Amino acid sequence: MPSLGASFGRGAATTAQWDVTNADCVVIMGSNMAENHPIAFRFVMQAKEKGATIIHVDPRFTRTSALADLYAPLRAGSDIAFLGGLISYILERDLWFKEYALNYTNLATVVEDDFKDASQLDGLFSGWDAESRAYRVDSWQYQGEAVPSSSAEQQAQTTEPYGEKLKRPSDGPPPSDPSLQHPNCVYQILRRHYAAYTPEMVERVTGCPKETFVKVAEAVARNSGRERTTAWCYAVGWTHHTTGVQMIRACAIIQALLGNIGRPGGGILALRGHSSIQGSTDIPTLYNLLPGYLPQPSAQRSHRTFKDYLEAEQVPTGWWANFPKYAVSLLRAWYGEGASPDNEWGYQWLPKIVGDHSQLPMMLAIGDGLIRGLLLIGQNPVVGGHNSHLIRKGLPNLDWMVVREIFENETASYWYRSPEVERGEIRPDQIKTEIFLMPASLAGEKEGTFTNTHRLVQWHDRVVDPPGECRSDLWFFYHLGRRLTALHADSDDPKDEPIKNLSWEYPVFGAHVEPSAEAVLKEINGYTWPDRRQVADYQELKDDGTTACGCWIYSGVFPAEDHNQARSRVPDAPGGPGTHLGWGFAWPSNRRILYNRASADPDGQPWSERKRYVWWDAEQDKWVGRDDPDFVADKPPDYTPDWSKRPTGMDALDGRSPFIMIADGKSSLFVPAGLKDGPLPTHYEPVESPARNPLYGQQDNPVAKKWERPDNPYHAVGDPRYPYVITTYRLTEHHAGGIPTRLVPSTAELQPEGFAEIPPELAREKGIANLDWVVISTARGEIVTRALVTERLRPLEIDGRRIYQIGMPWHFGWHGYATGDIANTLSAIVGDPNTSIHEGKAFTCDLRKRAVSSQLSGDAGADG
Amino acid sequence: MSPSLQTRLRGALRDWSLPRQLVGADPARQAAESAASRRTRPRLEDADRVGTSICPYCAVGCAQLIYAKGNDVIHVEGDPTSPINQGTLCPKGAATLGWMLNPQRLTGVKYRAPYSDHWEERPLEWAMDRIAQLVKQTRDETFVGHLPDGTTANHTLAIAELGGATLDNEENYLIKKLCGGGLGMVWIENQARV
Repeated sequence: MPSLGASFGRGAATTAQWDVTNADCVVIMGSNMAENHPIAFRFVMQAKEKGATIIHVDPRFTRTSALADLYAPLRAGSDIAFLGGLISYILERDLWFKEYALNYTNLATVVEDDFKDASQLDGLFSGWDAESRAYRVDSWQYQGEAVPSSSAEQQAQTTEPYGEKLKRPSDGPPPSDPSLQHPNCVYQILRRHYAAYTPEMVERVTGCPKETFVKVAEAVARNSGRERTTAWCYAVGWTHHTTGVQMIRACAIIQALLGNIGRPGGGILALRGHSSIQGSTDIPTLYNLLPGYLPQPSAQRSHRTFKDYLEAEQVPTGWWANFPKYAVSLLRAWYGEGASPDNEWGYQWLPKIVGDHSQLPMMLAIGDGLIRGLLLIGQNPVVGGHNSHLIRKGLPNLDWMVVREIFENETASYWYRSPEVERGEIRPDQIKTEIFLMPASLAGEKEGTFTNTHRLVQWHDRVVDPPGECRSDLWFFYHLGRRLTALHADSDDPKDEPIKNLSWEYPVFGAHVEPSAEAVLKEINGYTWPDRRQVADYQELKDDGTTACGCWIYSGVFPAEDHNQARSRVPDAPGGPGTHLGWGFAWPSNRRILYNRASADPDGQPWSERKRYVWWDAEQDKWVGRDDPDFVADKPPDYTPDWSKRPTGMDALDGRSPFIMIADGKSSLFVPAGLKDGPLPTHYEPVESPARNPLYGQQDNPVAKKWERPDNPYHAVGDPRYPYVITTYRLTEHHAGGIPTRLVPSTAELQPEGFAEIPPELAREKGIANLDWVVISTARGEIVTRALVTERLRPLEIDGRRIYQIGMPWHFGWHGYATGDIANTLSAIVGDPNTSIHEGKAFTCDLRKRAVSSQLSGDAGADG
Repeated sequence: MSPSLQTRLRGALRDWSLPRQLVGADPARQAAESAASRRTRPRLEDADRVGTSICPYCAVGCAQLIYAKGNDVIHVEGDPTSPINQGTLCPKGAATLGWMLNPQRLTGVKYRAPYSDHWEERPLEWAMDRIAQLVKQTRDETFVGHLPDGTTANHTLAIAELGGATLDNEENYLIKKLCGGGLGMVWIENQARV
């Protein structure tokens, strides 16, 4: 999550789920936690039992709303207007936590004189280049110095390299004005930027009554400070927007201003939806990252040599100064003896990216014939991808496709069972693709680790052998690698050097010749080279080739030969510390609350007895407490860098800087580098919206990723053919693309078919009764589903107009006991500029009653 | 009343625990027994082992206990010692056993030949060999060592890997290592993004 990374330094939930019980107020926004994370929601209920105020902000009234003390409705996609309103309310009424924010955030830092914000430029920031549709970020920098991105994963789309300026933070701390009077200090910029976000404006943009909004603001402010903390929980209701990153950023600003980060009962809990989403980002199967948030080398950046790569990506101050150790150790883990100082540790064998290779453009590249072969491992893009019709029409262009799954899914069967086949648009006898549908195995049939939503790495055992020819994906890739190594063994072609040099020896066991997941986890943890002694943690890693490490942030998960911390199952007893350090391993360093230096005041003492967590023990000369201190263990609170010595790394951060991954150690309320759509969250309308942006002339995110083409058209603002807002969501009983639950009788029985939630007022207008068949359409396609007429989605008054919202779960497809048309036939391929995450939570559509009641006929098969 | 019915009635009365409890036998133990209660067995009595596991659905990370007899899973339940779920599971987590033991699971390789209208069963080893050949062939035909401006690329844009976010960390690691570090693929993506 670039938003949390840019704000605090690490792209992950800042707190543990169970810590929510310590909150005095919990705000759930962008999430229907009671239904989609019901077990985690128990902690919210436990907090409520202890007296906490629970707030739910959401377009739909759900079971989360029903259990909240306060429910605030809003129009899908208008979250930044709401959150910006909160920021303005907190600043203008002086409700922020001064001692915390002045010391631990960049509130007082002074930004370049020529910076102009969206309030001055009608929704744009200074540096806008209309031709390239990108920002030059020079004017966003701190006065007189260039600020490197807080995390190596975030690369600003800058038109010129930082070059020499990068080294400047070593000369001294960024300029600041603790009196907050400087017109370009972050405090004053924030006030200007959000001045227009008044309660009245919040109501006008979001449809949330201003009285309700003020109640939320007062509750959050009242429950923050020395004695009290507020926690925020969000899920994909925030990420699935073209402004998703900035929604989370807005929350980060609120939490940092109110002093709620790094403290018990505070934080931002990112609720992920799959068993290892966090793990898939940490050890990324993502195009732009290497393990541990190191950037994938790019042909478009100054990454020509390993030296260039390190110079471009190493942040001189703060923890990321250790970057070369992690990069060299990774190359040693991948190329073993093949990596040496003479060949840049094998750096040139890493492929260079040349653009956006994420899932959305991948689907276009398949249809366009650029991609010829696809390895699809436990994903079902025909249901879970966007503009599903485009995907189904594109798949026949593949030469070959491998689908590894538990059940046959819609992506594997599109060539003989999709609506396009029924309509004659796709014919099997014209599809050249060789398709392999391979049976996979489940946890319990294979060993390994998942990383949960709060960075907790937990091991699962192999209890039984998988049935038949089911195999783990570890087995598949290990044996595919073995075969490819053998096929290239005699090659002297330079292009085959990486595969020939790949370190691919793992112990195997059993009749299936299963590779040992423990051995892989040991490599991820890291060991010394060449004697292969496990390293205890990442502080042992070196940049001279004497250590190998597959993912530096996971160092410590397997710290000794027979010590698999991920399998440790020792919870704290009731009345114990409650951090459960003996249960699993939370990266980094088994730390449960990140940035916990901030749980103590600048002098190192707890803000209050009630919120005591980690503090400075002057007698022992070290930080102590209930958790692993997120700080240099023995750095005293009064440490000040000696700038005459041009300190680097952690020596350049003082004893009052809890955000050690950020170059200046402060939480970035204002983000000078790393985000493509601006240093501050700004309300833009969704790409498809019924309304003009009431705040600015700039309608939508100016750098949103758009791929508008005949097979992926977008609706114009206020297009009368598509007057309704539609939002998609999940159900308690189904999982993602639906395959793991639509085919399981117990879950299928509980939610047996697809439907759309429709407000009664709209249903009356359209003559639709509950359970009628309806047709929902967009320019991408149309689907048939059942109407669930419900008051859960209220009509909202937006800028004087009544706006209707429709809700639809997206799990369904044609396989299994529980079926339904594919909701993502309606959505478009369009994404957030920072992450390329699609906008499935807010787009527009039309709705009509289906003329003839009949059974499901497949999408676009409607005859109404 | 037929003799057989009389016998059955007498048997049922003798088996009825209430009179015994009323006349003073320990009401919680022997007196409470009946033929039916003697027949009930502990649910997991047949299990010969139990392993620790994590729920395969969402990211909350509920711990599960998987009980097995021989090579058969017989029960999955929430781990009461977990500080996350304390023994509970949601409707999805409670469906884990139904997922594992589902009769519709794929258990063999299905292959669809070019232009064919049906699946064929093929041996696993054959499929692995064929996939390795296809990967090599596609890579050989599309590998780019240098871009037109001379920049080193060492990649192929013609093969993509798209994973679910339910893969183990170890699996993701080998995927990225082999596909990225070994084969030079750049289209490596995961549901974590969407």
